[in-house]
Amino acid sequence: MATVKDFRNNVKPNWCPGCGDFSVQASIQRACASLGLEPDDLALISGIGCSGRISGYVNAYGFHGTHGRVLPIAQGVKMANKDLTVIAAGGDGDGLAIGMGHTIHAIRRNIDITYIIMDNQIYGLTKGQTSPRSESGFVTKSTPEGSIEPSVNLMEMALSSGATFVAQSFSSDIKDLTSIIEQGVKHKGFSLINVFSPCVTYNKVNTYDWFKENLVKLSSIEDYDPSDRGMAMKTLMEHDSLVTGLIYQDTVRKSYQEMVKGYKEEPLKDAELNMDREKFNELVQQFI
Amino acid sequence: MISQLSWKVGGQQGEGIESTGEIFAAAMNHLGYYLYGYRHFSSRIKGGHTNNKIRVSTRPVRSLQDDLDILVAFDQETIDVNFDELHDDGIVIADAKFKPVIPEGSNATLYAVPFTEIARELGSSLMKNMVAIGASGAILDLDAKEYYTIVSQTFGRKGDKVVENNMKAIEKGAAFVQSQSQGQPSKLKLMPADGRKRMFLIGNDAISLGLLAGGCRFMAAYPITPASEIMEFMIKHLPDYGGTVIQTEDEMAAATMAIGSNYAGVRAVTASAGPGLSLMMESIGLAGMTETPLVVIDTQRGGPSTGLPTKQEQSDLMAMIYGTHGEIPKIVIAPSTVEEGFYDAVEALNLAEEYQCPVILLSDLQLSLGKQTIDTLDYDQIEIRRGDLNLEPDLPELKKGEYFKRYKITDSGISPRLVPGTKNGIFHVTGVEHDETGKPSEKAPNRKKQMEKRLRKLQDLPNKFPSPVALNLQHKNPDLLFVGYVSTRGAIEETIERLEQEGLKVNHAQIRLIHPFPTEEVKPLIEEAKQVIVVEHNATAQLANIIKMNAGYGDKISSILKYDGTPFLPGEIYEKCMQEVVVYGNG
Repeated sequence: MATVKDFRNNVKPNWCPGCGDFSVQASIQRACASLGLEPDDLALISGIGCSGRISGYVNAYGFHGTHGRVLPIAQGVKMANKDLTVIAAGGDGDGLAIGMGHTIHAIRRNIDITYIIMDNQIYGLTKGQTSPRSESGFVTKSTPEGSIEPSVNLMEMALSSGATFVAQSFSSDIKDLTSIIEQGVKHKGFSLINVFSPCVTYNKVNTYDWFKENLVKLSSIEDYDPSDRGMAMKTLMEHDSLVTGLIYQDTVRKSYQEMVKGYKEEPLKDAELNMDREKFNELVQQFI
Repeated sequence: MISQLSWKVGGQQGEGIESTGEIFAAAMNHLGYYLYGYRHFSSRIKGGHTNNKIRVSTRPVRSLQDDLDILVAFDQETIDVNFDELHDDGIVIADAKFKPVIPEGSNATLYAVPFTEIARELGSSLMKNMVAIGASGAILDLDAKEYYTIVSQTFGRKGDKVVENNMKAIEKGAAFVQSQSQGQPSKLKLMPADGRKRMFLIGNDAISLGLLAGGCRFMAAYPITPASEIMEFMIKHLPDYGGTVIQTEDEMAAATMAIGSNYAGVRAVTASAGPGLSLMMESIGLAGMTETPLVVIDTQRGGPSTGLPTKQEQSDLMAMIYGTHGEIPKIVIAPSTVEEGFYDAVEALNLAEEYQCPVILLSDLQLSLGKQTIDTLDYDQIEIRRGDLNLEPDLPELKKGEYFKRYKITDSGISPRLVPGTKNGIFHVTGVEHDETGKPSEKAPNRKKQMEKRLRKLQDLPNKFPSPVALNLQHKNPDLLFVGYVSTRGAIEETIERLEQEGLKVNHAQIRLIHPFPTEEVKPLIEEAKQVIVVEHNATAQLANIIKMNAGYGDKISSILKYDGTPFLPGEIYEKCMQEVVVYGNG
């Protein structure tokens, strides 16, 4: 059985020392090992940006796509081979600015993949511009007077878009993050995991210390019930979405693939490509 | 008796104009006539003038006829808009309800038939279309009984009474016209056809059939005119083969979802038109850079921007060849007939896997939506080739930190391909420049090697591609060579017949492999012709420019261009040849 080591590939990440993304990388590796997966069975699809490089830093089938399109690529992979574990990962700019359209529709569609947003509330690779997760008033190169746009409320948006698995974690809490990723992968449907992953170079506001001060663990809230969507929404509102843990899970709704007509038990990649003569003649007859 | 007939029905969109044409055409197909139908429609659900023009012939036809023998009108606008097209002594059949008038002094015959009234008497004004069909049949001296099979097929599900009433509507429409013509023999009696019923389909149907037969098992697409029929066909049929279609949120998702699916080993496609293709360009670049197979169908329509969304044009050519940033291997093929639409769809899927690159199947609105009869599609020509894809390799265990060389430098430029999930086959894929294992690498020597490897893949394609040019080379040293692509084929062929009657020696080349351009094949054709005319549906002579760029001979090549949204008619090309282009000479 594969161990954490088997998911390491000896490639040195080009992230800055102290970057939150290292913990996301480690947590994916730990979760996959703990779930008993083999590197050959994992497809890790990533977007563009610092975080997008993650598919090259895990020993697995990695696909580093185009900016914002991590989710359509990942959904295409899963549709083709349902036996693969598909994890998509990218930054908040990738998923919530240029790729926002795909994020909402992937949530709604509920294909069985896990999407990890590495949320640093800034554009790091392009050297410090505002992101859709930057808070209003946030001063960056592109918002010298402070951002006048409110940040995207991702967790509330996910809930209202019909998400079946919504969780949030913090990159310095590897244990919690690993556990959340495991739960996300096990979830039958689309699992959305937002990870506060501080940018130590360009975000001097939302730092490790800031998160430690401001984040509330859902496990500390008495009687919190992640199957109660109303409670989930209320709790997010009460805490300005600064909570960690499993926020909401719908275990009843079936995943997209379970509902597709004609979709078989065997992966689509193994489907017969040749059409027999009789079937062909039948199709031709429909036009005569 | 006549060997061909041009018939048109027109009215307000949403009034059943399309189905009137369908039933008329189906009846004619039943009798064994060849058909070519083209719809004029607008980008709205209801209202606005629409018409369906159908050519009926005893021999195969791939183009509209210049003029019109019979015009069936459900409103005055139909007469006003289409009367110029009508023969001098043509026939107008119109609903008496709107008190139709034809221009004064015209030789045309007007039959004001109470379509609506007869239909109402039979129980539903919806049947006015059938009255019109019956009236048309009477003009052709066709027995109303000839419609029975198609009427029972169309309405059988609704019960015998409905079939009976519709037949009555046809008979009454016919009887009315017969009573008006007072027993005069019909001028428009068609020569009998061979009685063989043929496939009657639009180009999009043929392309879809090809995709299905060619092993496409996943499609991701966003609705757009004139491509949506492909998605709809696949939605209906793919589940029978374990496959499925996802209607995506936009075309970027469509292309990248298809890329993800191809990467994981499923033949996946997307289909769109100009605006969608513009959105897909970055993704097509990703497929090129990552050497992932991808088939994209572009059913060209009038551009730029939203342009003429329901009208014919061929102005995406340059964008399809060059429209992604950076330089990638890309194949662009262009079927010139409905049959080729089928075979090329199969071939596009093969080429995408063999060459591990994006393939664009370039159609246009006229080919995609024009509905015509074809003799057959040959099952035995279907072949599935997956190139260097190995789905069940026996690979040695990879050493720690080592990846499979998915982008191995080879002589052909084509590397061994695996899919995710393969044991001991892990490799990386990225749109960033990468080394043989797919790991990012910006080193100059590696960049050069990988760039050359990718571009080398297509070097031999023009020699390998079956019939890169559809040729009709009757003559050595012809006076004229016509060149076109996609749906202009039929109109060019008929133009040539007329020019040959005038004693001109004319050859014809319809380009099928657009990129990489089959220079070796095309150059000698141009060389031996006295003059070359490129016929295309755009304003900037895109195909002519591609030919000049690849084959030279700029001074010999002139263009006949059309960009008003309507398809070329044979007479139009002929007239332009006579007036503007051909320099006559006996030498």
